[in-house]
Amino acid sequence: MSEEKTMVEGFESPVNLKYTFAAGDATAKFLREIQKGRIVGKRSSVTGYVSVPPRGACPISGTVMVEEVVLPETGTVMSFTIVHIPIPNAPVKPPFIVANIVLDGADQTFIHLVSECDNDKLQIGERVKAVWKDKSEWGLSLENIKYFVPTGEGAIDIAALKAKRLEETEKYRHA
Amino acid sequence: MRDIAIISYAQTPQVRDAGAQNDIEMVMDVAHQAMGDVGFTIDDIDFICSGSCDYLGGAAFAFVNAVDGLGLVPPKKESHVEMDAAFALYEAWLKMQAGECDTALIYGFGKSSHSEMRFIPTLQLDPYYYTPLWPDSISLAALQARAVLDSGKYTEADFAQVVANSRKNAKNNPNAQLEGDVSVADVLAEEMLVAPLRRSDCCPISDGASAVVMVTREVAEKLIAEGKITGAAYISGIDHRIDAHGLGVRDLTTSESTRIAAEKAGVHKGKVDIAELYAPFSHQELIVRDALGLTKDTQINLSGGTLAGHVFMAHGLDRLGEVAKRIIAGEASRGVAHASSGPCLQQNLVAVLEA
Amino acid sequence: MAKLAAVTGVGMTSRFRARVKESIAGLVREAALNALQDAGCTWADIDAVIIGKAPDMFEGHLMPELYLADALGAVGKPMLRVHTAGSVGGSTAIVAASHVQSGQFNRVLTVAYEKQSESNAMWALSSKQPFSPHFNAGAGGFFAPIIREYMRRSGAPLDVGCHVAVKDRKHALLNPHAHLQEEPNLEAYMQSPMLWDPIRFSEVCPSSDGAVAMVISNEELAKKSPNKPAWIAATSMRSEPTMYAWREEVNPEAGRLCAQDVYKQAGITNPLKEIDCAEIYVPFSWYEPMWLENLGFAEEGQGWKLTMDGTTSNIDGGACPWNMSGGVLSSNPIGASGMIRFAEAALQVRGMADKRQVEGAKTALGHAYGGGAQFFSMWIVKAEKP
Repeated sequence: MSEEKTMVEGFESPVNLKYTFAAGDATAKFLREIQKGRIVGKRSSVTGYVSVPPRGACPISGTVMVEEVVLPETGTVMSFTIVHIPIPNAPVKPPFIVANIVLDGADQTFIHLVSECDNDKLQIGERVKAVWKDKSEWGLSLENIKYFVPTGEGAIDIAALKAKRLEETEKYRHA
Repeated sequence: MRDIAIISYAQTPQVRDAGAQNDIEMVMDVAHQAMGDVGFTIDDIDFICSGSCDYLGGAAFAFVNAVDGLGLVPPKKESHVEMDAAFALYEAWLKMQAGECDTALIYGFGKSSHSEMRFIPTLQLDPYYYTPLWPDSISLAALQARAVLDSGKYTEADFAQVVANSRKNAKNNPNAQLEGDVSVADVLAEEMLVAPLRRSDCCPISDGASAVVMVTREVAEKLIAEGKITGAAYISGIDHRIDAHGLGVRDLTTSESTRIAAEKAGVHKGKVDIAELYAPFSHQELIVRDALGLTKDTQINLSGGTLAGHVFMAHGLDRLGEVAKRIIAGEASRGVAHASSGPCLQQNLVAVLEA
Repeated sequence: MAKLAAVTGVGMTSRFRARVKESIAGLVREAALNALQDAGCTWADIDAVIIGKAPDMFEGHLMPELYLADALGAVGKPMLRVHTAGSVGGSTAIVAASHVQSGQFNRVLTVAYEKQSESNAMWALSSKQPFSPHFNAGAGGFFAPIIREYMRRSGAPLDVGCHVAVKDRKHALLNPHAHLQEEPNLEAYMQSPMLWDPIRFSEVCPSSDGAVAMVISNEELAKKSPNKPAWIAATSMRSEPTMYAWREEVNPEAGRLCAQDVYKQAGITNPLKEIDCAEIYVPFSWYEPMWLENLGFAEEGQGWKLTMDGTTSNIDGGACPWNMSGGVLSSNPIGASGMIRFAEAALQVRGMADKRQVEGAKTALGHAYGGGAQFFSMWIVKAEKP
């Protein structure tokens, strides 16, 4: 029998907890629509801004967002990064582009992938459109959109886009 | 010391499962109601503080989403404790004493229905020696209940009386989850859940959110003069203390931290008309009642108390709200609110509220 | 109305790298004991304990104030635990200060920590969120797009980030507590693997273990303390939602307003001139030029120039050194990092920052931010009583 004793310096203590999650009304509605291939956001009655995916509350005013707005599948890249290290448990392989996209008619970005382009050529302000998965693969997820691709129009001035949206939504703020 | 008062309290109904309604939606309801009841909007609030627990939501930073329901644009002074909202109220109270704010909104929330409430508190224990053994929250409370029985201070029938009182009082509380006409015999007839605790000796699992608006005397008096509120419940004393973590190190049949906090908060400086105690298990109400030194003259848990509904992370704030609302309504002139945290009443907060 | 409060003791764990021989209790106690010793007091002299750390899910533990009450001498005392995401170290210090400023307590102990060797921060930060596509590539993935937009707006040269990293790592060599202790090389840093374009590996904070503690006292006790106190001249906190329509993410409003508030309280109108040095939460190198602008040290679009001309370097005799300790880029025990900034600022005005001391520092700024750059906490400490 060995005379050497090893001190226990550490041990693994697994934690196992089961959770259910509630989407909340706004997210549930959005997911049911996207399952049908429709992108539906919500407009805040106080600020006039449109968010997609809607989060139930308008974060600026803390009020419930009610009005639904159907949105097109085209938009603008407000910012992006090229990811070189894999996301744990995600299927997409690096290097890939993750972008903050604002759809036409919306005022809030969401994260999605941009593909079918030269990573080094993508610009802030790039005009993009959605490429959907095959209908048979659609579920309750924004991942029904496989990724976005540049439309070919090139990049627009995002400061001008913001100014234009502020102007377009002005009427709601003085209703 | 500045005079600080609670002027409004809003609570969602305590339910076993709030269904699809999420945290933001519940917080919006109570925050807007508590503010609206006194004619406030978020612009009238100098400081916001909340209490919640990421483990209920199952995601780190779960508390961040609730901020969406407040309208924090432009940005405001806001803070958060990973503790019951009663402690968030304490943080706000300190800031008001330091003169940094005159009005505060405090809220707490949680959807315990989403996860395993029996086991989540196990993660509060010493991660090297206790947690790996996975003693669940009911078993730990049962250990304490057994110690109480063995001490000869109380019997199982005494525990059952606490249950009966809770169910009866809860009949007057539209937000209570469990209420009814239950007798001591009914409770004693139940099978043991984890001996010596029966199912009724244990608080239910509840979803909900609560909010409170707290202001200085100057603000309260101005609102009364403007006819926006009819009264205020002043915090004449508030204190909290923590006991040793090790269950074998302290006497589980008493609550030293509650006793000290009660003394520092000045519980005995006057008559205590009502008291709302945070006691997730029936025997704990007896321990806390004794530690607070309450007599038969005090009406305990008119809301039904913890056995009638337990929104983890908001329940302590609810004790303060329940006492405050009765004082504001003129049903009591002085009351004690108690909040607790940790295994077997390890940490306790005591507040004294007066008209 | 507020009573004066001062930092009379600062303690940190020895070096912010993996501490496998100590438990979490051991880690925090080490920092606390160092702070008590510096303050010339014992556990019995402490009226309340206020702790802070990042999300509990990092270590798979819950509400650690309960477990740590014994280790931190809190039994029978009030104990609070603050949680405001990454800014928590700073907010915890502010809540601790308000204990004394309220007049309710004379002397308190505040501790912030993280034991990342016992946690899985990467998992906790990028676990799949229900109902959202799994694209969140951790903190780096979140901040990289914002940095890219800053680069576009400012037209800054592409090596600004690496210059910040080199400066902070050089500073770290003068700080025995710093996790990373290697001579930095600009060329090597520029060639370092790209992680989330434009952030390279060399420009990212490490994953550290550490605890920091401070003793905060009232005026009477501060005057009697053995070592020079750092007077807390101003504290402020601001929060805004993570996302909202057209939110300005490069120059967050909550940060700007928080800074304006803290400067107003401290009577500062020109931060670049009136603040001698600063410890600023910079976990990704480009956040130095961005925060130089957000905090009013430079005009919008000009922050990078202060980095490039050496203004923020302690080694090249810069006019306003930033992160003399090596900053978050050299040590990041997440929950502690905000308080380390606040504590380092205090050490500077106490003249106790050893080799990293900025000569004659009388006014220092401590800063922390968290979440999606939405929670901010800041304080100004001074050598002279306000």
